[in-house]
Order: sequence, then C-alpha cells, then structure tokens
Amino acid sequence: MNEFATIGELARGLRQGDYSSVELIRHYLARIDANSTLNTFITVAEDEALNAAASADQAFERGEAGPLTGIPLAHKDIFCTQGIATTCGSRILENWIAPYDATVVDRLAHAGAVLLGKTNMDEFAMGSSNENSYFGAALNPWDSSRVPGGSSGGSAAAVAAGLTPVATGTDTGGSIRQPAAFCGVAGIKPTYGRVSRYGMAAFASSLDQAGVFGHDAQDLAVVLSIMSGFDPRDSTSSDRADSWLTGVSESGLKPNDEGLTIGLPSEYFKDLNEGATLLQAAAKEFENAGCRLTQISLPHTDAAIPAYYIIAGAEASTNLARYDGVHFGYRCENPKSLEDLYQRSRSEGFGIEVKRRILTGTYALSVGYFDAYYLKAQKLRRLIQQDFLSAFEEVDLILAPTTPGVAFHTGDLTDDPVAMYQQDIFTIPASLAGLPALSLPCGFTGGLPIGMQLIGPHFSERRLLETSALYQQNTDWHQRHPEVA
Amino acid sequence: MQWEPVIGLEVHVQLATKSKIFSGASPAFGGAPNAQACPVDLGLPGVLPVLNAEAVRMAVMFGLAINATIYPYSIFDRKNYFYPDLPKGYQISQFDHPIVGPGTLTIQMENGDTHIIRITRAHLEEDAGKSLHTAYAGMTGIDLNRTGTPLLEVVSEPDLRSPAQAVAYFKQLHALVRYLKICDGNLAEGSMRCDANVSVRPLGATELGERSEIKNINSFRFVEKAIQFEIERQIDILESGGKVKRDTRLYDSERNETRSMRSKELSDDYRYFPDPDLLPVRLTLEFIAAVKASLPELPQARKARFTTELKLSDYDAAWLTNDPAVADYFEAVLATAHDAKLTANWIMGDASAALHRDDLEWTDCPVPATELGQLIARINDNTISSKLAKTVFEALWTKEGTVDEIIDARGLRQLSDSGALRGIIEKIMMDNPDQVAQYRAGKDRVLGFFVGQVMKATQGKANPGQVNELLLDSLKREKGSEE
Repeated sequence: MNEFATIGELARGLRQGDYSSVELIRHYLARIDANSTLNTFITVAEDEALNAAASADQAFERGEAGPLTGIPLAHKDIFCTQGIATTCGSRILENWIAPYDATVVDRLAHAGAVLLGKTNMDEFAMGSSNENSYFGAALNPWDSSRVPGGSSGGSAAAVAAGLTPVATGTDTGGSIRQPAAFCGVAGIKPTYGRVSRYGMAAFASSLDQAGVFGHDAQDLAVVLSIMSGFDPRDSTSSDRADSWLTGVSESGLKPNDEGLTIGLPSEYFKDLNEGATLLQAAAKEFENAGCRLTQISLPHTDAAIPAYYIIAGAEASTNLARYDGVHFGYRCENPKSLEDLYQRSRSEGFGIEVKRRILTGTYALSVGYFDAYYLKAQKLRRLIQQDFLSAFEEVDLILAPTTPGVAFHTGDLTDDPVAMYQQDIFTIPASLAGLPALSLPCGFTGGLPIGMQLIGPHFSERRLLETSALYQQNTDWHQRHPEVA
Repeated sequence: MQWEPVIGLEVHVQLATKSKIFSGASPAFGGAPNAQACPVDLGLPGVLPVLNAEAVRMAVMFGLAINATIYPYSIFDRKNYFYPDLPKGYQISQFDHPIVGPGTLTIQMENGDTHIIRITRAHLEEDAGKSLHTAYAGMTGIDLNRTGTPLLEVVSEPDLRSPAQAVAYFKQLHALVRYLKICDGNLAEGSMRCDANVSVRPLGATELGERSEIKNINSFRFVEKAIQFEIERQIDILESGGKVKRDTRLYDSERNETRSMRSKELSDDYRYFPDPDLLPVRLTLEFIAAVKASLPELPQARKARFTTELKLSDYDAAWLTNDPAVADYFEAVLATAHDAKLTANWIMGDASAALHRDDLEWTDCPVPATELGQLIARINDNTISSKLAKTVFEALWTKEGTVDEIIDARGLRQLSDSGALRGIIEKIMMDNPDQVAQYRAGKDRVLGFFVGQVMKATQGKANPGQVNELLLDSLKREKGSEE
C-alpha cells in the first residue's frame, strides 16, 4: 500500500476490494503508532475508528458507499467531537468531552469518512510553530529538530508523514497555509463563510475558517465539497451553493486552461531570500502553461500584522472568557473565593501565548484605547481588503510565497514573540480580507519544503483548485515525501 | 428647601418568543434547573448564536407602538464581564446601534393629568442565568434555564418626577406589551423587571443631581416604595450637608430600604464591541410597514374609544383597557348585552370579584362572554331582576347551563303581572296597617319596608321598578279614598 496515497486512490482500492476499510484503518493506526514520536495526534480514537470502519465495510456490501466511505481522516483538536476529547491543545480543556459534533465533523462522518483521531495544535490555534501546545509540540517529519508550523501543525505533519491521507485544520492568520508549506503538503483556507464554524472552538471569530490538508488539489476539493455549505447554526456561513463544488467528487477537478492572469505582489517578494528562486520557477511554470504574469502592488501589506494582532486578540479575549473554571474545563484546587477561582483557573489553565493575546486584546478593547487600537485596526483591515479588491480588477489570482522561509528550528523563536508573529506576514493579509487561499509545495531548499500561496477573489475556490491541479499536473513536488517510520 | 425628584426607568421586558433569542431552547419559566439550556446557552466551546427573527419582529412592534424611530441597521455587541451565571463571559446586547430609537409613552395620573414620557431607546439582549445561593450549603448552584431568554430593554429619559409617575409609566408599559402580545406581563416570574435611576435637585434647578440606580425591582408597589425611600434618603443626605454618591442599590422589600451593592465611582468597563458571530440586523421598509399594519389597537386608543363611543367614565375606561384580556372580554360581553355602563359594572364588580375569589385569569373566566351578555340583556328586558341576576351569575359560574335555562329551571323569571302584584300589595297593606299609617303621616322611608315585603312574598322575582310604581299608586289611592 502506498503510504502517501490520495483519497482518490484509497477510494478506488476500497471499491475494488483491494482492502477493506477495517484493514485500511488498521494500517493507518499502525502508522500513527509507529510515528508517535512526531506527536502529531493528541488523541487517537482507535476503537471508534475501527467501529466506523466496520460500518463503512457494511456500507460497501450494501452498495451504499459515498465518496468518502471508509476513508481515514484526522481532525484538528479544535473541532468538537461527541464522545472524543476536544482539548484545543490546552490544559484548560484537557479532560473536556464535547456533547455534540461540529458541523464539519458531522458532515464528514455522514459522508462515511473514518476519524482516526484529533491532531496536535498550538493552544487555541494561537501560534506558528506548534510549540504552544500543552501536549508538547508536533515535530516536522522532514526534520524532527524543526517545527511543523502552526497552529494546525499536527494535521500538516500527519498528512506529510502519511499518517492520514487528509486532515482538517483551521486558519485564522495562516494556520493551515503556513504548516502546509513547512510540511510540504497542500492546504486550503476557503473564503470566510464557506465552511461552518459551528463546533469549532473560536479563536478570532471574524477570521477563523476551517479548511483541509492533503497531497493534491483533487483531495482538497473533495473534502472541501463535503465540509462546505450553509449551516443554519452559523449566521456567518454563506448560503451559496456552487454546483461545481457539490459535483467535484464525481466529475474530478479539471486543470485550469483559461490562460489566467496571475499577479505577483511586489510587497511579498521584496525581502524574500529563501525560496525566491523556487517561487520564480513556479511562476514560470504557470507562464509555460499559458498563464500571463504581472507585477501588482498591495500597498497596505505592512499594516496587516499589527491590525491582525489587535483584531484577533480582541476577539480572542472575549471568546476565551468562557474558560473560567465555573462551568466546564480546568478548575484550580481549593478556590478561596470566586475571584480566586477565576484567577487561578485561568492562570493555571492557559499557556503563556494565550495569556499574552488575551491581555493585549483586553487592552485594545478597553475604554480609552478602543478607538486608537480596535477601531484603527478595523480601518486598516478595510484598506487591506480594498488592496485585494483593486488587484482582482486586474488579475485572476495572486501568486505569493506562503512563508518567509523554510521551517525553523524548535526553540528558535519562542523567546521572541514578535519575530514569531512575523512568520505570518504573507498569510495574514488574505485572512483579514476573508479571501480563499491555499499553499502548495513548490520545491525544496536544503531538503526542506517551500510553499507557494495562491490567493483568489471571494468564493473563487474553484479557480484556485483548478489552477493548483494545473500546476500539479506539470510538477511532482507534491509527490515527494519525507522518510518516516 | 423644596426638592424635585428626577427619575428614569430601564425596564427589561421578557419577550414571549417560543425559543430563546440565540438558540432553539425553550425560554418557558419553571423548568428543572438547567433542563432548558442547550449547548449554545451553556456557552460551550464552538457554539454560535443565531438570532431569533421573532424577537426582532417583537422589538419592531414595540418601537412602532411608541412611535419610535426603527433603525434599519442595528448591531449586536458583546458586553464583557465575569459572573458565574454568565457562561460565555459576555452578554450579547446592543450598545451603539439599538434596534429602536427615540419614542414616547403617554401616562395618565389618577387626577386625570397626562404626561408625555420620552423613551430614549429600546434594545435587544439575552438574559443571564440565575445563581442559587440557598439550595446547597456552602456552595452556589447555577441554573442556566433563563440564559438566552430574549429581553427588550426599554430605557426612558429622566422625565418622571414622582414615584407615582414612575409606577404609572411602568403600568402603561406593562399594558402596552400585553396588548402587543410580546410579553406575558407576569411580574412575579420576572417577565418585567425595572431598574430605577433616581436623583433629586432643588426645585427649579436645571442641572441633574448625582443619581443612584436601584436594580431589579419586580412589582408596581415596590417601584413606588423603593423610589420613595430613595428620594427621602437622598434628601436627608443633602439637607444634612452631605453629597449623594453615585452607586448601584438593591431594594429590600422586607425592610423597605435600598442598600448599596457597589460604588459606581469607578465605572465598569464592559469592553463593548460588535459580536463577530452575528451579522448586523438589516430591516427593510417593507418589513417595518408589514409589522406596522399588524399592530393591534393600543391601550390609549381603546380607552379613548371607550370614553367617546361608549360614554364610559375615564375611570371605567382605564380600568377596562388596562389589561387587553379584560377589554376583550368586556367587548365580547357588550356585543350581546348592548349596555356599556351595565356591562362595565358587571365586569368591574361581580365578574372581577369572582375571578379574584377563585384565583383565575380573565382568559380562564368560566362564564362565556355571550352568557354574561345575555344575562345583562335579560336584566334590561325585565326578564329578571338585578338582584336575582347575581344568582344566575353564580349558576353560570358553576356551569349550570345557559342564562335562559337557569332562569327557567330555577323559576327566577321576574313577576311583572300587575294584577297579581296589586293583589300581593293589597294583602301586605292590609296586614301592616301601622306602616301604612306611618307612610301616610309623611314617613316616605316606609316605602322601603313595603318593597321588601313584596320582594319577600315573591321570592325576589317581582320587578322592583314596577313594584315601586304600584306601591306608590296603591298607597296614594288608599290615602285618597280616606280623604
């Protein structure tokens, strides 16, 4: 069995009876176990997975199998799963079990997918290296002395290491795209509103968006097609029903041959060292495939990081108020008073980065600072959105680096939060604008993968994925895999 | 010095929706603790609020009923604070952009004076849960059933000048929301709760004095008493040379006093900001027009109609229109009775007393309106006497049958045969010569004695007007024949 098979290949294997779903799941569970030092999973749901696989096999027998029946996947541990722990990478939810399934979890389960377990992540999705996980960082399968990126580092590393063919993630400022780039896999953050946020523990509600990791564009499209769509439980979910998306698992993704105009934003390339030549080669690849390249400018790019850390912090400071030791989750020992219960439960339950963001966010919303910080950040956010809208009057897609460089070493940036925040400089602008964006592997530097980012107009996932399919048709970076156990 | 109280009220009106403002759970009162709290109400990780359109419609109805501005664009904000009965650590409310803007409510005092009270705004928000401090020794229980119950917070300008005006305003609001059927008006269950901002200033001054806020008053009587206490407390402080401190107070009805809960010198910072989980509420002009078209007749219009068209007194009209259930019952009775004043008397008298006696609501009145109407009609067509009508009413109450069945079955039909009545009268006069003599000697009061005797002889069935007439006639004739 190909350890790095796509779900298309696995579905064929299941259909043809090359293996049963139970056999397939046992295979992946064994791989997870063999690679446990990568620490990609917080919880492995072995019993539940084998039960679900047995049901999938019965569905095949009854001839009722759908596109994902019997296909293994993993969920970032931020999606609520009924009966299986949901920790958000935090001590404060260490033993918390959700009484309900997130919409994403529910839809994928209904499509027959088998949940292997819950993947490691930076606490409450706050981080770019996975080092903020209470359960210890996941490691990069290409070099275990390096970080897999964050916050969805566990999902990216698990897909890269062949421990699951696909995995979900969430992206608030780059938490899917950056780890995808660091781990050499594909990862898409859809348009804000494309996928329901119901059941996804909130970090920054106006930015959080669920997405998926996989090896190729087709896998991303198939999983996305099932995750997407209006959810009456999420007022911010879009009620668009794109027929290509709902039909993509049958029809397959067609490599884009429209001769698109692709914009290269000068602000993203000006200081780029590592990977610059690989990005240029990727651009050339598109040109060779009939696309037109053009330089563009996104003048407010520099404002993105400060605006983002104000807005995301502000929202996080209130989203995380519910973790107070009263109703659920971690509670300190022997509280002396209500105040003491709040203070110690939260002080002991949250990690340092979460506290830092709660404090900055609280500050930004306080009387006397609200206008100077929160309102100003919202103005900057609109300017950044406007940059993109203007650019998309000229170009169909934007090609940019995903990260400033390759995966850094564990511990390199932990003492310098601002340098850590700079890691997200190329992914945050699209998040602030609510745009769909994905990262694809586009080469290697010193044996480490480099990612390129494609950013499209709102709800242009089809164009993004078909353009990715075009690239992957002509290149084989996505078929390079790390050596793992 | 003469002091002038200045009062503003914030009234929380619990909207009578079937589900909560942001979740599908039931907001019904009285369930087992936490039985009516779903994951959204519990504020579990990952849950999201979804706005209940019915709450929006009700808020718009209220706004239109007070002639307020309805904002086509309003926003839900998060009001952040920690409290055990607030599971999310923030309350979803409206801050800068409420759904209902300035409007007015006219109140009428007992002496007939009217005052126009300005309403600053009304906004939608979710209620918090309840802390139960007595149920568990040494611990506090949290009941989140009330969490997420839709509230409309109605904020008045400081236009009220006495406790009586504050009560009149609260009552007028109470009547209005029940007319609109947007609130059950049950004060005992907390369906309407009132915070009062109270200050005093020298009469004639234009600047406002420092105020205190009395929280969570839930009866008309307590609104009056709490404000009265607070006014006196503040005047005492000022007259003894002190300064009123801005604070939040609680009214203790057992001791009839207000007590400071917390000082407001350091104002709370709730860090309001727009809730990113909810879209702005956008209302079309068509929607607002449709809600307007659906408004029922409002209490003041109904009262005016009762005084002008039905010629009822101000007092009667106010009494009858205060509660829409009473007014509806009244109009249904009137449709058969065709006598507004007599119908008003029956409803304000016997019917009200009987309901009170049996602890029933108007909507549960065991006497159908058509039957009470028929009873009144039977009084007016002289089929029965007013006195025996009370007997019929009690029989209707215990569901003995229709008015006419009861009259016949019990033989209560009024005796109006003048020949038979004359015979009875003559016999009574013969039997009571002393009284006849007294009457003749000018003691008119003795007439009452004869009426009583006739009624006794006829078991109350004699038509009293006819008896009077015949008695006068007979007594005069006797008199005349002797002369």
